[in-house]
Amino acid sequence: MEFNLKIWRQKNAKTPGHFETYHIAGIEEDASFLEMLDILNEQLIREGCDPVAVERGCQSSGPVSFDHDCREGICGACGLYIDGRAHGPDNHVTTCQLFMRHFKDGATITVEPWRSAGFPIIKDLVVNRSAFDQILQAGGFISVRTGSAQDANNILIPHDRAEESMDAAACVGCGACVATCKNGSAMLFVAARVSSLALLPQGRPEAHRRAKAMVAKMDELGFGNCTNTRACELECPKGINVSHIARLNREFLKAKFSD
Amino acid sequence: MYEKITASSPWEEPMMIYPAIHYTMGGIWVDYDLQTTIPGLYAIGEANFSDHGGNRLGASALMQGLADGYFVLPVTIGDYLSYKFAEPKTDVNTKEFDDAEKAVQARIDRLFSIKGKQTVDSIHKRLGNIMWDYVGMARDEAGLKKAIADIKALKKEFYEDVNVPGSQFEFNQELEKALRLEDFFDIGELMARDALNRTESCGGHFRVESQTEEGEAKRDDSSMSLSR
Repeated sequence: MEFNLKIWRQKNAKTPGHFETYHIAGIEEDASFLEMLDILNEQLIREGCDPVAVERGCQSSGPVSFDHDCREGICGACGLYIDGRAHGPDNHVTTCQLFMRHFKDGATITVEPWRSAGFPIIKDLVVNRSAFDQILQAGGFISVRTGSAQDANNILIPHDRAEESMDAAACVGCGACVATCKNGSAMLFVAARVSSLALLPQGRPEAHRRAKAMVAKMDELGFGNCTNTRACELECPKGINVSHIARLNREFLKAKFSD
Repeated sequence: MYEKITASSPWEEPMMIYPAIHYTMGGIWVDYDLQTTIPGLYAIGEANFSDHGGNRLGASALMQGLADGYFVLPVTIGDYLSYKFAEPKTDVNTKEFDDAEKAVQARIDRLFSIKGKQTVDSIHKRLGNIMWDYVGMARDEAGLKKAIADIKALKKEFYEDVNVPGSQFEFNQELEKALRLEDFFDIGELMARDALNRTESCGGHFRVESQTEEGEAKRDDSSMSLSR
């Protein structure tokens, strides 16, 4: 297969970016999107300007920077905005689980970084998502040591409740929800953490403090609010349901009233 | 997940399964507090050797990450740090810090000064092939000796002909990959040497020379086990 790739290139956060178009051929349909970018980079490095060419005005931007790690859809490192959709044209996948068979041969594919006030660009397609870490540090944890495991039937947890908590815990923190949201809101991410912990006994003692602290941190870092368009749910690689946002709001309100 | 990757439904067609080397199965020595031989440096999860023996099955890495992180570390690291709070802050203006910085700088400068023709990834793939062919699940003496020689030759080629584009004063993923690959040469050679020394079969390590009549792993505890 062959493609024209329109890729966002940006030297750093301070330099304005632009699109560059590259042609790539000989791609197998079972190649993953990231493997295709690896092949492109190999090509770009080989064609790279030597020092003499640079003096003559060659301005190649070099290989394309993009985030990736496990390439199994579990680490949350990869995240590209492909043809106007977070993680590209397949549903419930991360970018590394997207394969070239989902594209038409000869297609022009537009590749952009996550675009949001909360995620400044580091270079090309790599954005700084440390805001997510800061939100987690504000309260996305359990600080009470709950001791060793006790008898399994001492605290009864309904199966559907445990399942719901696990569904929320599936969040890999990739940021697709923020990139998709027209408000640049991190509500689905925050809700997944708050809801997952609020549903289980270990998370209850700090539930109020957690909801308030994480929402405050999210606001402080420049993320928008939720207007219930549900776009985040559609693009979430783990299919996290917006009902968790409802639970976050409930936890937040309960906390405010108990103040 | 399988269907997303392969475009074939495991309910309708048999799954295509292929064994692959994808991690080193741990091995860092730690004490009961999960502290390594360097005081204050802890190794947790699948990086250490503590909970598992010579082999690791699927998901055991996850179990160890959870157990170490939830049950052991909250107690042991807290204990270590509690004595450290009273100590004065380490002075970074010392010879040791300067030397370490100079060593890292020299390593980076060297990589950029090579200006060769081959990409980091292309050399990394060749290292992967050596490891796959000779230091995979079944190993034998001739193959391991060849692997050690091949890794040394490839490492030499890397230092003569690798191309690290861009500059060191920007976000540079090719530099990051090159630095990692430098380490992979060493760990690859170490794994091959270790496998060569261990003449028995044990856990995930199968020496072709040491097998039973049925082709199962044959251990040699009398000369290989510390607890003999």
